Amino acid sequence: MRTLSEHILDIVQNSVKAKATLIEIIVKEDFKNNLCSLIIKDNGCGMSKEILEQAANPFFTSRTTRKVGLGLSLLKQNAEASGGEFTLESELGVGTKLEATFQMSNMDKPPMGDIWETFYLTLLSYTEGELLYQHSTQKGKFSISSGELKEVLDGVSFQQKEIRDGIIELIKTNLEEIEATK
Amino acid sequence: MRQQNKLKTRIDMAKIKSLADLRKMKEEAQSKIKLRENSDNPEQVVQIKVGMATCGIASGAKETMKYFVEELEQEAIDAVVTQTGCMGYCYAEPTVEVTLPKKEPVVFGDVKKEKAREIIDVYIKRGELIDGIIPMSFKTIDD
Repeated sequence: MRTLSEHILDIVQNSVKAKATLIEIIVKEDFKNNLCSLIIKDNGCGMSKEILEQAANPFFTSRTTRKVGLGLSLLKQNAEASGGEFTLESELGVGTKLEATFQMSNMDKPPMGDIWETFYLTLLSYTEGELLYQHSTQKGKFSISSGELKEVLDGVSFQQKEIRDGIIELIKTNLEEIEATK
Repeated sequence: MRQQNKLKTRIDMAKIKSLADLRKMKEEAQSKIKLRENSDNPEQVVQIKVGMATCGIASGAKETMKYFVEELEQEAIDAVVTQTGCMGYCYAEPTVEVTLPKKEPVVFGDVKKEKAREIIDVYIKRGELIDGIIPMSFKTIDD
């Protein structure tokens, strides 16, 4: 994975599969402590202790279509390579919380990438619940959720060109406003 | 002065910053947007599922999905584009499952932009099969 956005696109699907009705993507940029953290939180089915211990192991997966599961292990690898940490907490029936941190100045920190595309593409597929994205920097905070977008659009499809452009522009403009790192 | 005002509104409109802006834009565009009755009836529209597990994303499935969304909209083809998991054909990612109305799903492998173009032009528009189909017997992918 070359960007954090690609990681997010990937990992969020774990939450979708865990039948979460609320998925939160939280990015925090902390220049003072030279730390960028990515949190993905869901209220899905959660994992047992045994599975949780195995989750970041590339040779473990809950799938039956193939024998490897690289999503979490690649993110862990990227976090650790850039002087950060990777933690995973989960409770059966409650949900899962993942946090990956990166040193902002580290050369190995993957760039943010086109997070607006990640949010938009996830929006198209995840219709069962609420998807929330929050980004904070020293300049401010931006958040957007699928629920408020649905309310604004009032039945008009996300796939309409004007709407797609509008949503992407909304996110881009706000990220520029808070001077989010690219 | 009036011209200045005009210019100002144009600039305000150009940048969508808040949900209110988005709502305004939606209302202005609504006349252009045909409300698709078909979207509620998935059997009438082309269904496209892009394999977006780790293997797919690493091979560029995000670009592929974006391409399908943009091109099908551009050509006014009623389609629902969504993500799906790994179909177990990691060697042939990005993989895309295309279901034409009232037809069985077909899975294509190695779908980069060029292949996506061919799928739209030949399979979706004309219904002719093309190279790159992954032969398999299944109904659809649910996971």
